[in-house]
Amino acid sequence: MDTNNHHDEHNDGHIAEAHHPSYGVNILVWIGLLSLTAITVAIAGINLGSLALAVALIIATVKSLFVVNFFMHVKFDNKLLKIFIGICILVFVIVLILTFFDLTFRF
Amino acid sequence: MSNNVNTAVEEVQEIHMHRDDFGSKMGMWLFLFTEVLLFGGLFLLYASYRYIYPEAFIVASGELDVFMGGVNTVILLTSSLTVVLGIVALQKGNKRLSLSFLWITVFFGLLFLVNKYFEWGAKFHHGIYPKGPALQDMSDGEIMYFGLYYVMTGLHGLHIVVGLAFIGFVMWQIKKDVLTATNFQRLENAGLYWHLVDIIWIFLFPLFYLIH
Repeated sequence: MDTNNHHDEHNDGHIAEAHHPSYGVNILVWIGLLSLTAITVAIAGINLGSLALAVALIIATVKSLFVVNFFMHVKFDNKLLKIFIGICILVFVIVLILTFFDLTFRF
Repeated sequence: MSNNVNTAVEEVQEIHMHRDDFGSKMGMWLFLFTEVLLFGGLFLLYASYRYIYPEAFIVASGELDVFMGGVNTVILLTSSLTVVLGIVALQKGNKRLSLSFLWITVFFGLLFLVNKYFEWGAKFHHGIYPKGPALQDMSDGEIMYFGLYYVMTGLHGLHIVVGLAFIGFVMWQIKKDVLTATNFQRLENAGLYWHLVDIIWIFLFPLFYLIH
């Protein structure tokens, strides 16, 4: 499989080069995403009680990880970008936790 | 004299045409972070009100059509795939195939909006809209649910429209050979935006449609 697409152009490290998966890998990821969608719909039909929300969120997170890593090419990207994304998600999670501190102790 | 200097400067600029693809990508991601926090605020609101009104959210969610939402999920996931395939095709120098994939993406994006139109239309028909007869009879929690439903899916729909415009612009640049097999970062950026919109839907779908 041709995953590298080098070119002879002058490249000082700022010009993007393609080193992403080909058609096949992306189609596999898509099939995985559709399967997870089917699973999340099927599981919603089962009465899991308080676990239902957690399961739905875990499946959605797994799907997002597939999209971010493969479709958005982050898996093949610069480490700096991964750190930035991590910080962005961390900020959101911290705010979420702080919000729930407020909610649970105020009412 | 100054004419000569100008042409010389132009020549130099042409030879060392500066392009910073990494910077371009980073800029796009920084913008996406602001989008995450924009939707993040709404997800926080959703989490808070669902915590306060768990029962009402389950009742209100019964109004939503899981099948419709599921179809729209499949549509968006598939449109994300075709964007990526369009990028691969352009990188391999296959301009026609790349444009074909992107046309499919545009088609799916529009199909998503058409489905949303019918979904919203059906709710309006049942009197579920601001000051609508059915909504006014509902409990506070159900009203919060539908408020969040309209704001979050509405803002998401708006992002689909913007994403389609972005993809359309990039397609035009591919057609004009501005974007090529060695210069594709702008297409990637359009793809990044589209995938983010897809990810937001990945969370909206279970949170609004799949509560039982």
